[in-house]
Order: sequence, then C-alpha cells, then structure tokens
Amino acid sequence: MNNIKSNRRQLLKGAGAAMVGITLMPYKSMAAEEKKLNVYNWDTYIGETTLADFNAATGIDAKMDLFGSNDELFAKLKAGNPGYDVIVPSSNYIERMVKANMLMPIDHAKVPNIANLDKQFQDADFDPGRKYSLAYMWGTFGIGYRKSKAKATPDSWHLLLDDPTYAGRISIQGTAEFGFGIALKTLGYNWNSTDATELGKAKDLLIASKKNIKIFAKDNGQDLLASGDVDVCAEYSGDIVQVMKADTTNDLGYVIPKEGSNRWQDTVAIAAGAPHPENAHAFLNFILDGQNNANIVKTIGYATPNAAGRALMDDEYKNNKNIFPSDEQLAMCDPGKYLGEDATKYRDELWTAIQAA
Amino acid sequence: MDYWKDFRKVFFTLMTLGSFWMLLFFVVPMGFLFVLSFSSKAIVNGETSILDYNYFSTIANYVDAAGSSYLVLLGRAVLWSAIATIVCLLLAYPLAFAVCFSAPKWRPILLLLLILPFWINLLIRTYALIQVLRTNGFLNQALGFFHLPQTDILFGTSAVIMGLVYVYLPFMVLPLYSTIEKLDKSYLEASLDLGASQPRTFWSITLPLTMPGVITGIILVFIPCLGSFLTSDLLGGPNNWMIGNAIQNQFGEANNWPFGAALSFILMYATFFVLFVRAMLTRRSKGVDA
Repeated sequence: MNNIKSNRRQLLKGAGAAMVGITLMPYKSMAAEEKKLNVYNWDTYIGETTLADFNAATGIDAKMDLFGSNDELFAKLKAGNPGYDVIVPSSNYIERMVKANMLMPIDHAKVPNIANLDKQFQDADFDPGRKYSLAYMWGTFGIGYRKSKAKATPDSWHLLLDDPTYAGRISIQGTAEFGFGIALKTLGYNWNSTDATELGKAKDLLIASKKNIKIFAKDNGQDLLASGDVDVCAEYSGDIVQVMKADTTNDLGYVIPKEGSNRWQDTVAIAAGAPHPENAHAFLNFILDGQNNANIVKTIGYATPNAAGRALMDDEYKNNKNIFPSDEQLAMCDPGKYLGEDATKYRDELWTAIQAA
Repeated sequence: MDYWKDFRKVFFTLMTLGSFWMLLFFVVPMGFLFVLSFSSKAIVNGETSILDYNYFSTIANYVDAAGSSYLVLLGRAVLWSAIATIVCLLLAYPLAFAVCFSAPKWRPILLLLLILPFWINLLIRTYALIQVLRTNGFLNQALGFFHLPQTDILFGTSAVIMGLVYVYLPFMVLPLYSTIEKLDKSYLEASLDLGASQPRTFWSITLPLTMPGVITGIILVFIPCLGSFLTSDLLGGPNNWMIGNAIQNQFGEANNWPFGAALSFILMYATFFVLFVRAMLTRRSKGVDA
C-alpha cells in the first residue's frame, strides 16, 4: 500500500513538472527562436533545392508538409494551428482566413525583397496593403486538350458543357467554385456571381452537361488528360504546363476559352500562432529573392509575380503564352473572390442538387 | 451468475480503461456532433461567422436534410449498397464453402489469402482498381490483345459497385466461413442419406443453419457501404455521389459542419434501422445468432 501511495505522489510531482514546462515554453521560444521552420504547401510547388538552400543560407532547418486543397488547409487551421509557420493559401481564401483569425500580419520591414514583386502584385483587393499575404505564383484556369483528338483548338467552354463534340471525354474540376465559375462564364456572367437567377441558369446548364462529362475531377484533370482517360479537361494553367513539359510527343495543349475564365494567385502567408515567426519572415524574404525565386520557377514552371526572378529565366519561359497570356485575355478572366458564408452555402446547396440530379 | 459481484475489483479494473477510452473518444465527439447538428452559424457584426455557432438554436439542418437532393443521395446509397451486398453474398458463399471443404493443409493458406487484402490500405486498393479499369488500363489492354471490344466502365455506377464489392468481399467471406466451419456435416449426410436432393439439402438444411453467418455478413458489408464515400469519389462519374460524398463535402469544401452533422445523424439512424431489422430477423430465427 505504502508503495502505491509514494508512486502516486511521484506521479503528481511529474505531472506538475510537465505543466510548468508547458507554460514556460512560449517564454523560452520568445527569448531565442530555435532554428526550425514548418512549411505547409501544395505538392510539387517548391524548388528542388529551396529548403536545402535556405538551410545553407540561414542554418534554419525547414520541414514541409503537403496539402491538396485550400479546404484541407482551412480545415486544419480551423481546429487551431498545429505548428505551421509558413502556409500557401490561394487569394480567394485570404479574406476568409483573415476573418477567421488564421493569419499573422506580415512585418514588411523584415521582408525587403517585397520590392522584387511586380507593382500589380504589391497590393490586392482581397488583402489591402498586403498585410497578411505576399504573391507567390499566379495563373489562369482554362482548357487542357489532346491535339490529336481535337478537330480544332477547343477554345470555348460550350465544348465542355453543351456541345456533343467531346461527349464522354471531358473532365471538369468537381468543386462548386469551379463548376459554377465555368458555367457562369459560358453564360456570359461573372465568375463570382451570387445572383440567384444567374446561378439557377448555371445549375441547369451543369445538369444538362452531365451526359457529356465523364468525371467531375479533383485537382487531377491534368493526369486524366495525360493518361488518355479524357481528351479535354478544365484545369489550372500551371498543371497543364507541367504535363505538357513531361509529354514527349508534344500532343497536349492549353487554351483560355474565348468566353473568358478565372485568374488566380497563390500567396505565402504566416499562420496565426506560428511557433517561429522570425524564421517565417526570413523564409518569405528568402523565396522572394530573385535567384531563389528563379530556382523555384525552374522546377514548377508556374507564372511568377517576381520581376527579379523572371529576369533570370530563359526566353522560352518568358514568352510562353500559356504561362503569361496576353493582357486582352487576362482582362476576360475574373479573379476568384471570397463570397461570404451565406453565398457559399447557397452555391453548395445547388451543387449538391446537381450531383443528385 | 453475477460474476462481477464476486470480483468487483477485477471487474472495475477491466472496465475502466476501455470505458474511459470510449467515453473520451467516442461519446464526447459524437455528443458534440449531436449538439452541432442542432446549431447554426452565429451572426457576428451582421455577417455570418466562419467559426462561431449558436448552439441548440435550430432544427433547420434536419429540415434541409429532408430536401429532395439528400433523399436521392441516400436512396442511391441504399440501392447500391444493397446491390453490392447481394453480389458479395453470391460470390462469398461458394467461396467460404470451398475453403471449408478444402484439404486441411491448404485451409490456413486460403484463409490467409482472404485476409491479405485487409493488410493493404483501402486507398491503395482503389487506386489499383483505377489502373485496371481506366481507358488505357490493364483490362482494356488485355481485351485489345484478344481483339475484343474496349470497355469504358471507369467513372460510372458499375465501377462504383465493383469497387464496393472488391473492398468489402472479405467482410462477407469471414463470418460465412466461421459458421460453415461450425456446421455439423452429419446433418448434411443425414439429409442426403434420407433421399433429399442436393438442392433440397441446401435450401432446407445448409442455408438455415448458416443463416446467422449470412446475416452477420450482410450487416458487415451493407453498413460500411452505406456510409462509404471514397469509392464513389474515386471510381464514380458525374452521377455517382452517394450520401457519404454529401457529408464529406459539408465538412470540407462547404465548411458547414452543423449541416454535415445532421446528415451524419440521419445516416446513423438509417444504420440503426438496418440493425433493428436484423434484430427482428434474429428473433424470428429463434435466437440463432453468429
């Protein structure tokens, strides 16, 4: 019996010590930040040697986890930041995340390389003054296609929705955001419309299109195109450019439909409650450096908003119209916006109705 | 005999850890979801909040869940799960019999082969099936080799049902195997000796005696099928959402946890209904149970 009692006392002592340790931790990390950094990023979305280069330059050991969609990122942080410092949300999620207190303001004085960004990326409607997010990569949304299976360049959303030419060989991104975006542009409306009549017409169009569409894909339309499961797909420009690069037969193409589309921007931000905010600022500054940015672009092939980085790239990249479309084309592309919780909910009800139709 | 009264300390020692685990990781989260299913998103400064809820404020989620879209998706889930369960049963029954009547030295190996798929992650198995069924997949390559017409079943209902059968078949075989193995073979011999035909013996003797295994197998396959979303998500096309996909969407992209919770509970009630039907069937078969 005695034995058990003394054990219990020891246990309590141990628990007490652990508690003190937990409460002291924040003070300790404030004094001198440990040489660590946790990055949460998309797959295939950073330079081959970026993390190693960062370590060589600063001595900070950067670890990276991967997410597959903005929703996954949002859901992860919704339950409280599990320890991430730098995250890579898309522009239409910034406003939502700021409202949900998920982001930490960026101290611009600690990131002098912001000056390398093109002027148009120095400010943004979704983040005035870029208090919370810095531009990382950008691109458009359009149609990827297999040239040998296309009679002409499939430059219209109609070919994916209400035209039988490619029936059974079409994939469309299977989220409410992109499904409605495409249908709204096909009908001549804005990508971000919240008008019930316009959304109703878009819903009818999408239901009618189901007989032509083979699959509402996840973020893998480019893979289905490359493997021959579909011949046309609605996808991000960067993803199609990546499979075009890998395709030795040069049989794949990308086009922004004439009805217009969507342009997007991915950003780097610091998560609220980041355990290493100083290191996070150092990392943002590091990837905005011209040479480091060019190294990332060489691996992933996306459009960079970084003028210094772009200047170091070859002409083939700089003149690639799939990566950098003309100003006229871009004018037809609406930036995706955060529509508010109620509008998102309404769109989602309609999206479920489309799935059940 | 109330053993627990004679060995109170042992009983409570045995109970404590597991009960605590269930309470902490099953009852508490489910309770939270139950509360959430009667909640709505709070309005903060005139805007619908992203994170805050008004708890126990509404039954609107259940009213919405009775909407036609969700009933269609639930109906689909019930129908396809039923088809998959029947296919599983038709495949598993002869298979379980074959394993039982195989040479004793082969039996452990055959059983091991049956359990083997359990060791491989569901996601990997589903992706493997995609490799077989896709347009330029192994199935079409094989058909092409024999100059047979190509199939296009991936991203359709048949692929989803095929996927469900593929994933849940072992859950049907194992309970069937355990009842068939316990089956007293002398009953079968007696039936045949007394002049009953093979089919007659099967319908009058074998099937009733193995019914507990059949029912357990049906439950073990049908219930997980009902809530599955991964199979229809990966193998399905534009007409293949099931209720599980709608629930996943509410907790994910739609960020509407209260509604997702309400849908989950409706699915759970559907499951309870299945178990209730099972209990009635068991009572009718005079308490025989696996």
